Amino acid sequence: MKMLINVAETVVADALRGMAAAHPELTVDVENRVIVRRDAPVEGKVALVSGGGSGHEPLHGGFVGPGMLSAACPGEVFTSPVPDQMVRAAAAVDSGAGVLFVVKNYTGDVLNFDMAAELAEDEGIQIAKVLVNDDVAVTDSLYTAGRRGTGATLFVEKIAGAAADEGQPLERVEAIARQVNESARSFGVALSACTTPAKGTPTFDLPPGELELGIGIHGEPGRERRAMMTSREIADFAVNAVLEDLSPRNPVLVLVNGMGATPLLELYGFNAEVQRVLAERGVAVARTLVGNYVTSLDMAGASVTLCQVDEELLRLWDAPVATPGLRWGM
Amino acid sequence: MLDADFFRRWMTATAASVDREAERLTALDSPIGDADHGSNLQRGFTAVTAALEKEAPDTPGAVLILAGRQLISTVGGASGPLYGTLLRRTGKALGDAAEVDRAQLADALRAGVDAVMTLGGAAPGDKTMIDALVPGVDALGDSFGAARDAAEQGALATIPLQARKGRASYLGERSIGHQDPGATSSALLVAGLAEAAGE
Repeated sequence: MKMLINVAETVVADALRGMAAAHPELTVDVENRVIVRRDAPVEGKVALVSGGGSGHEPLHGGFVGPGMLSAACPGEVFTSPVPDQMVRAAAAVDSGAGVLFVVKNYTGDVLNFDMAAELAEDEGIQIAKVLVNDDVAVTDSLYTAGRRGTGATLFVEKIAGAAADEGQPLERVEAIARQVNESARSFGVALSACTTPAKGTPTFDLPPGELELGIGIHGEPGRERRAMMTSREIADFAVNAVLEDLSPRNPVLVLVNGMGATPLLELYGFNAEVQRVLAERGVAVARTLVGNYVTSLDMAGASVTLCQVDEELLRLWDAPVATPGLRWGM
Repeated sequence: MLDADFFRRWMTATAASVDREAERLTALDSPIGDADHGSNLQRGFTAVTAALEKEAPDTPGAVLILAGRQLISTVGGASGPLYGTLLRRTGKALGDAAEVDRAQLADALRAGVDAVMTLGGAAPGDKTMIDALVPGVDALGDSFGAARDAAEQGALATIPLQARKGRASYLGERSIGHQDPGATSSALLVAGLAEAAGE
């Protein structure tokens, strides 16, 4: 598999150097792998720190900036960062108002953030944690490590980030983050596997005439494999899977998210089908976002995330944000 | 009796076998995980051997605590905290003794394995590293060689299991038929003990 890289070992460091050059508004510590808002710590305001494996860009580093994350810790590709990074990030952004860790529900991320929270609290930093677990493809949590965190991470980081930006206290920011996670569900499909730089070949074998339903964001196979479907059929399947688990009484935010290798032309077409299913099911749409936000390297495919919002959450969603990956109103 | 030098040899032997087997570990992690287990552990044990050369701790417990801390700081993923906790807790259980015997090491390792089970929430039969560690530690009472063989058998015995913890659990029944990469690397760790003992 051809990749635009030098060697696999330096992929993350190279990307961070390039990010630093492109975004002077961020402080990028390449050696310690921490990306911080240049104006951190912001006086009197709660800080948000997230992190996870690399390979999901723009998540998380691309969401650092006013109105969203204060700092992000990128790990190796698909590998949770280590506690040292998270503690360093927390110390860099804490203004005394406390830090919210936004953690996607993967064993590695959870364990490392738990360790980091203990170490940061030892240093006198007040830490709260919110776990993102929105993936409905994982049905029986009794026999799994629980539901995976996927697209809803963007909604949690944006909306809780806006609450922090308004000066809301830590317990309030944490409660809002939790409310967003509980209000959001996702379902993803893959038309191809992805290739990690370390491995150099696709992570699983997906023949041309087939697709994987219910994938996560780490190039792992899904729950089930079927013969290739049309955009219309995939939208029916994905949206209905989400609505089986979420019965929105309020309007929803819609995220039609590309996995990395699916062109916008296809994503917009897929969004048209998603909107059709929502209209047929009587679900009102408040806002829609289409693009590559929570990706899986060069995987082809898409995920649908719905998040039902009340007036307060919608107001926070619409609040200004200025990050490399998400920007409006400022 | 086993002194700090034995424990350093254990870590060095494990690092060498992780180096040798890195590609196989990653290949095992590909169909049911995220294809990084080999490269992650390789990075961690490289850091362990470098730190042991630099610091040369003088008790068995200190060697393992230092090694565990290196793994937590460099591996990432679930493997970092799990392997790091295993070594740190085993090291703490060994205390300040300058030398320990095989029975004391077995007891300490049991404490380490218990800590891993608590941290990861996994039990025997969940298709994880625990499935190699538990039989390995149980056989340590007999000999280092017996521990190595039991851990290896434990890793092989994960093939027909359905994963209930870790990323492989998302595959449900499709995780059946694949050997667990974590159990495989745990068998390497136990085999490192036998190598350090010359068995």
